[in-house]
Amino acid sequence: MQKISAAVAGLLFGAGLTISGMVNPMKVLNFLDLFGTHDFTLVFVMGGGLLTTLLGYQLIFRRSKPFFADHFSLPGTTRIDAKLLGGAALFGLGWGITGICPGPAISGLVFGNSLSFIFVIAMAAGILIAKFATNDRSAS
Amino acid sequence: MSPTEFTPASGLLGGILIGLSALVLMAGNGRILGASGIFGHLLTFNFDKNFAWRLIFIVSMLIATAWTALFTGIAQQMAFGGGALSTALGGVIVGVGVHLGNGCTSGHGICGIARFSLRSLAATCTFMVVAIATVFVIRHVIGV
Repeated sequence: MQKISAAVAGLLFGAGLTISGMVNPMKVLNFLDLFGTHDFTLVFVMGGGLLTTLLGYQLIFRRSKPFFADHFSLPGTTRIDAKLLGGAALFGLGWGITGICPGPAISGLVFGNSLSFIFVIAMAAGILIAKFATNDRSAS
Repeated sequence: MSPTEFTPASGLLGGILIGLSALVLMAGNGRILGASGIFGHLLTFNFDKNFAWRLIFIVSMLIATAWTALFTGIAQQMAFGGGALSTALGGVIVGVGVHLGNGCTSGHGICGIARFSLRSLAATCTFMVVAIATVFVIRHVIGV
């Protein structure tokens, strides 16, 4: 059953990224360019996603466990440290350079642009470099 | 740079679908929807029970993107900000950043904030501000 819910979630996620236009790096860059092109579509995407998730989570977390797993797998750490903020800043830098974040990067592969493949391979290399450097063999 | 049309309705619809995706994954599997985490775990080639659902998630995502694109014309609108070199550089930086920062737009920006995680709020504010500043410098200071 976990595989079925993952498939449904993947279908919804891919459809959402595509319908919203977020798979197009230029659309994201034109939002981030607040002092120029400011295409505010991304605010509606993030707003719609956040509000839906926030409301739904209220119902889901009333349950003691998920439908098809033993427990909710939630991050235990609450520490706001240099690793978190430094990582987020680096992600912001790369996102600003390209207009591509991990979800749309993967979805965008289906359009067959060579730059999409370059980005995903480079991102995979970056994740593996960071895993190796921090000696972390677990999932990111 | 090339202009893109402001599309709030399709943006909102897409955002709601992304939210529903996060709800299905949490209600069904008890998992945060984080694209970088799901992808990053696959790179370990650690074929445990969590490998399968992650792989299925990614494949389903690709199928839905290809299918939805048939009705939206997005394939023709795809435009990139730079060439191979800046895309590769940006990709490596994003990869390092999402691993150190434990998440990206979906995991921190949507799921994390939705469960009132201060860590995710701090991460999201940080990457948003840095991304906006980066685009400002590239487009209006350097003037590419």
